[in-house]
Amino acid sequence: MELFRTRTGRGTRTRRIATIAATAATIALIATGCAAGGGSESGGGSGTEGDQTITFIPKQLNNPYTDVVLGGGEEGAEAAGFASSAVVGPLDASASSQVSFINAETQAGTNVIVIAANDPDAVCSALEEARTGGAKIVAFDSDTNPDCRDVFISQVVAKEVALIQVELISEQIGGAGEIAILSATANATNQNEWIKFMEEELASNPDYADIELVAKVYGDDDDTKSFQEAQGLMQAYPNLKGIISPTTVGIAATARYLSTSEYKGQVALTGLGLPNEMRPFVKDGTVTEFALWDPAQLGYVAAFAGKALADGDLTGEVGETFEAGDLGEREIGEGGIVIVGPPTVFNAENIDDYDF
Amino acid sequence: MSDTKHTEMVEPTATSAVSADTTKTLRDEPRGRTGWARILLGRDAIMIYLLIATIVIAMISIPRFASPVTVGFLLLDVIPVLLIAMPMTLIIITGEIDLSVASIAGLTSALMGVLWQAGWDIGVVLALGLVVGVLAGAFNGFLVAVVGLPSLAVTIGTLALFRGLALVVIGDNAVANFPPELTAFFTSKIGATGIPTVMIGVLIIVVAFGVILHFTPFGRGLYALGFSTEAARFVGIHVARSKFWLYVASGGVSALAGIYWTLRYSSARSDNASGLELAVIAAVLLGGVSIFGGKGSIPGVVAGVLLIGTINYALRLGRVSDVVLIIVTGTLLIASVVAPSILDAVKRRRHDRRVRRELPQAQPSGSVSA
Repeated sequence: MELFRTRTGRGTRTRRIATIAATAATIALIATGCAAGGGSESGGGSGTEGDQTITFIPKQLNNPYTDVVLGGGEEGAEAAGFASSAVVGPLDASASSQVSFINAETQAGTNVIVIAANDPDAVCSALEEARTGGAKIVAFDSDTNPDCRDVFISQVVAKEVALIQVELISEQIGGAGEIAILSATANATNQNEWIKFMEEELASNPDYADIELVAKVYGDDDDTKSFQEAQGLMQAYPNLKGIISPTTVGIAATARYLSTSEYKGQVALTGLGLPNEMRPFVKDGTVTEFALWDPAQLGYVAAFAGKALADGDLTGEVGETFEAGDLGEREIGEGGIVIVGPPTVFNAENIDDYDF
Repeated sequence: MSDTKHTEMVEPTATSAVSADTTKTLRDEPRGRTGWARILLGRDAIMIYLLIATIVIAMISIPRFASPVTVGFLLLDVIPVLLIAMPMTLIIITGEIDLSVASIAGLTSALMGVLWQAGWDIGVVLALGLVVGVLAGAFNGFLVAVVGLPSLAVTIGTLALFRGLALVVIGDNAVANFPPELTAFFTSKIGATGIPTVMIGVLIIVVAFGVILHFTPFGRGLYALGFSTEAARFVGIHVARSKFWLYVASGGVSALAGIYWTLRYSSARSDNASGLELAVIAAVLLGGVSIFGGKGSIPGVVAGVLLIGTINYALRLGRVSDVVLIIVTGTLLIASVVAPSILDAVKRRRHDRRVRRELPQAQPSGSVSA
């Protein structure tokens, strides 16, 4: 110990110089990264027409569903005539993680911010600030507090999404038995709305009188956590007949668990899934039918709505219409909501027709 | 700390040269930097230079970085980390750790939401939030200091426990309707400077912790504690009592961070601030605090927190993906920990070579045994 100390006291100058060198190298590395990232965007700014910028802020990056939505968004942004489009977002879908991204966009002078809110209120004050700075706010996929955005682009009517899933599960379990819901995060706006409608429908519709919702669990849109939650459900409820997972991450993870377990074919699974992810499970019989809208259209319509807002052609009032490229005209409904289209049901027959 | 090193140094030099000419000393024996040189070339100073360099580079290469808006947004982002980093620095210096800080912040947030919704006065809600943080900290402190359990195990447990309690308290609800004046205050700026008003309070806490660590016997004792608990006990430091109060402070400050988080985002939820503990520990280590205890300072940690905050903000403003961002932060942390170790090894080798060259007569084994 003493010898060790003796040595550490010496030659501190050389050590420090080298420390500076090492860290300076890291900083230089970062700086070049900045320059590369910053350079391509420096054209943006308080845009006049034809020089407008749009930025998409999804719930989180690297989510397969989100990637499809964003793909449609970027396509729409180009078609609508934005000078540049960008995608920024957090790695985790927590409530406040989006705020610093909104702040950065405010400062960058982005004209249109398209956001899928992780929490309707946590992003509000940041969005207010962005609007003060002149930005137009389009919410998509998951709504913010209506006071903080101009329009909300919704997949479909929330109730329709909920009902179709209840209908599918009822068909698959023969109209009676215990079911469970495996959702995303406990605070996700869209998830909770659907679940509310499902609960209401199960309670009120006499066709579903024999179906009992025994559990709601949350996989946090994390593959491993969802997998474990699915596993936990099977152990906790041995009489479980079916699972509804209204999230693409959840349904894929649950399908993966079921397909390798003794419950394959015994326990029905439905919900909202991506055809490309669910294809193997539909083919091997784990899943009979599931639903989803075309997520790319969501981003596409959001981009056109943003463009119309930025051009001043749209103010967000009920009854206004705007042209959404190839998809035709869309109207702003009650509460500033724009509906994209009805959900599609996927099964072994039609799944090969879709690629997303 | 370099004072203690200096005195220890004399002894081994003498013993290793026991059979040699004891009057002869090595050339270039460390003189120990003093005064301004020590301040200007120390680890803390290097962190501050790095911070300034980063800011300058960002101002040059990122459009729009150089504006008061940056100051505001950046500081609002780092405040929770900065706050919790203060007690965390003291705790890590004693060789312990507190992983439950973010969960305490989450619990505070959840409790605030429920009480506010139940119609309690906002003053009472804030006070109770703080009390709950202090109690949570005291619970950690009791298990670590009084019962004597390892802090890593205890706080991993309470990390889950407090987060679980937060879920029990508020469930999957989110409470958002806090008084607008209050939430507006938490994002307000001082005039045109862009500096958030709450920074005044944060600054007071930072200075308080700096004074406690560097200028009080209690604070100096923490370094001793980090080096050797037993030695610290022998020189009259109340080991258990010191540790207990550190955890209480950590709980209290985490609660403050939770209150700030809730009102800044005007959203009380069970998952607020989750994962924050790792951001705090990363910043503290980057700031020069040794994870083994006994080493570190408040100015260094403040610079570390701001350095990570600045890099994050600059990269986000430059629209660099978050994937790149975490790689950069990780690399920086590894570099800051590894660089001194490598240099230590190089230096040690050089020292050994010099000892061999300068004291040839000490080498024969026979003379050593005699």
